[in-house]
Amino acid sequence: MKQLISFLIMIASFQALAVIETYEFETEAQEQLYTEIIHELRCPKCQNQTIAESNAGLSEDLRFIVYQKVMDGETKRSILSYMQERYGDFVLYDPPVKPANYFLWFAPLAVFLIILIIVLAKVGRRKVTPEE
Amino acid sequence: MIPEVGNFLLIMAFINAIFLGTLSFYGAQTSHQGLIRFTTRAAVSIFVLVLASFICLTISFINNDFSVAYVANHSNSQLPVYYRISAVWGAHEGSLLLWVLILTGWMAAVAIFSKSLPKDLVARVLGVMGLVAVGFIAFTLFTSNPFERVLPFIPIDGADLNPLLQDFGLIVHPPMLYMGYVGFSVVFAFAIAGLLQGNLDHKWARWSRPWTTVAWIFMSLGIALGSWWAYYELGWGGWWFWDPVENASFMPWLAGTALIHSLAATEKRGVFKSWTVLLAILTFSLSLLGTFLVRSGVLTSVHSFANDPVRGRFILIFLGIVVGASLLVYALQSSKIRSKTNFGLYSRETALLFNNALLAVVTFMVLLGTLHPLIQEAFTGGKSSVGPPYFNLMFSIFMIPILILMPIGQQINWKQESLKPLLTKFWLWAISSFLLAIAIVVVLGDLQPMAIIGTTLGLWVLAGCAKYILGQAGKNASLTAGMKKISRSYWGMIVAHLGVAVTVLGVVLTSYFSLEKNIKIRQGETVQVEDFKVEFYDFKNTQGPNYISSAGSFRIYSDSEVLTELHPEKRKYNASRMVMTEADIDAGLFRDIYMVMGEPLEDGAWAVSVYYKPFVRWIWLGAIFMALGGVLAISDKRYREKRRLKKQNAAPSDGLAKAGSEEADNE
Repeated sequence: MKQLISFLIMIASFQALAVIETYEFETEAQEQLYTEIIHELRCPKCQNQTIAESNAGLSEDLRFIVYQKVMDGETKRSILSYMQERYGDFVLYDPPVKPANYFLWFAPLAVFLIILIIVLAKVGRRKVTPEE
Repeated sequence: MIPEVGNFLLIMAFINAIFLGTLSFYGAQTSHQGLIRFTTRAAVSIFVLVLASFICLTISFINNDFSVAYVANHSNSQLPVYYRISAVWGAHEGSLLLWVLILTGWMAAVAIFSKSLPKDLVARVLGVMGLVAVGFIAFTLFTSNPFERVLPFIPIDGADLNPLLQDFGLIVHPPMLYMGYVGFSVVFAFAIAGLLQGNLDHKWARWSRPWTTVAWIFMSLGIALGSWWAYYELGWGGWWFWDPVENASFMPWLAGTALIHSLAATEKRGVFKSWTVLLAILTFSLSLLGTFLVRSGVLTSVHSFANDPVRGRFILIFLGIVVGASLLVYALQSSKIRSKTNFGLYSRETALLFNNALLAVVTFMVLLGTLHPLIQEAFTGGKSSVGPPYFNLMFSIFMIPILILMPIGQQINWKQESLKPLLTKFWLWAISSFLLAIAIVVVLGDLQPMAIIGTTLGLWVLAGCAKYILGQAGKNASLTAGMKKISRSYWGMIVAHLGVAVTVLGVVLTSYFSLEKNIKIRQGETVQVEDFKVEFYDFKNTQGPNYISSAGSFRIYSDSEVLTELHPEKRKYNASRMVMTEADIDAGLFRDIYMVMGEPLEDGAWAVSVYYKPFVRWIWLGAIFMALGGVLAISDKRYREKRRLKKQNAAPSDGLAKAGSEEADNE
């Protein structure tokens, strides 16, 4: 039974394909903003999909909310923080730069800088002998 | 009966693998010739046993034997026979058996093609691979046996293969990818065997290089196939989603790319030996980690296999043993490795060092981004996500220096070179790349700074390849004479780097200049979409082999000229009742037009998506070039030389064969 359920969940997640809605926008900028935002919000109920890709009812509702807010002239920042307040950091595919995420954002760069300094210090000072 | 035979053969392979994984080390240690000879035979016979077992499972699928649970869950009597065969690896159990088959296939290949190598080294290499095989066959037999029966209540028909997987791309994608994943086990085995013997010289790098390159070729093609499949099958025009499962295949590819470069430096100049060995261990560890992530269900992903904690625990323990044991061997033995360090700051060695540092950091970044939500949940209990915005930004940051260095790195001298004369050779090429990039961006759309930077870098790498070829021509009488002088392995490098340039251009131009429009359209209507007109002229319902299809027919006009006719479909599968969209794509070298049918709306209209994607083909075309570069590199003269010498010495005793290989090595 358990296997059957997980199988069904898997199927359900696959099913969410090609969501096509035909919202009307007044300007091209609004349409771009809408597309951008729905591609950065994660569907809170699905496996790993943006609300743009998901067919779940909740995603449909969230897309409608985003559409309304875009038409009301709200900024990207305010729409994203509206979603964050309700669904937590989980909905944000772009993780916010805050202390809990400092390691995520800065560790790769730090590692690279350390390597750079070591290489420059070690190889840079080295004398190359003419023949081995 | 047949499934039981398959099960029995797999058990036989398991027992053989245990013998191979233990007796080989004992034989090599005590120089017991009988045991050493046994290892090559055992390797081949394990492969034959697993192959026979795999054929048994395939026969069960072809015969619709629904008494086998795995067949009943993943096949159906209506399924065409070619999909019944590909359904063998359509889910966890069968794909694991395919994994084992490919692993033992690599093992047999090492046994067969390593006749000119020292016998005790080969025995140890096969021993390491045998131990890996023990782990994976045990995983198959004890947690995921595809031969299990559902008795006594045999289902009348099967549940069907997931319709998404009923597609050519999915027939070839997993085997290709597994060839790559598992192929890295060869260089891993060479590294461990070399460490155990304690003599890692440049020959070690020479022997591992072609195996690594072959694995990398398969992996490149496998990833590209997956991306292409996602593009045409999933129906939203995307080609890479930074999904954990994609990252799981991307990490070993990145590490493998670094490994190819450091192996080159180790073989040619005897530098970075210790790092290369560590990288070989890490690359295969990342392959195993990928398996863990995909099959344990710890990460939520769109295309992970069904979750089962027992499987997750098994593979995590296995991963721990492999990584722990190999790092222990490395820690104990790496002090015996002596690298040369005779090179200056401006040298090809340093360029390769930066290549490796950057690729390693990128790999680390992808790993961090993939695991960060898990780590955070474990420590704080909070759920978080890391997605495309993070990965795209971080990946670009580290790709920019890689691409800037690439043309310089492929032309700078080994050991030492003065910087100024080198840079003066390049500035004209850099400026022309920049100007051409601006021209291309202006033609395609707005002047976006990131698009200009990306295009410039792609052209810069392209220019680097052209400059290399011209540089060789300058040393010779004519361009063709110069091109003939370039060895196959250098051609391999040029073509692979050309592939990188092509992929970069494809990624940048598609990302910045694609159009995506959802429209409402009635049959007989024509709608304006940006610079195009879309006409909906026909609609049909038809019966497919195991589905019903509803297809719209559309004409796309630019001005009044017909560009193309497209027929996107919706399919309803009979067995699973699933509805799938089949996009229709007019593919071109410079642009794709891509259409998807949505749902019928209230007033007889349909919701339809239209995409215009410039240069999207270049993404996969570049991967083909990269793979071709790999093929050129392994077809280099020195490898063929070895084979010819081996043939000459095929009949005489071992001593002569050894001398032959020595000769090939010294050239």
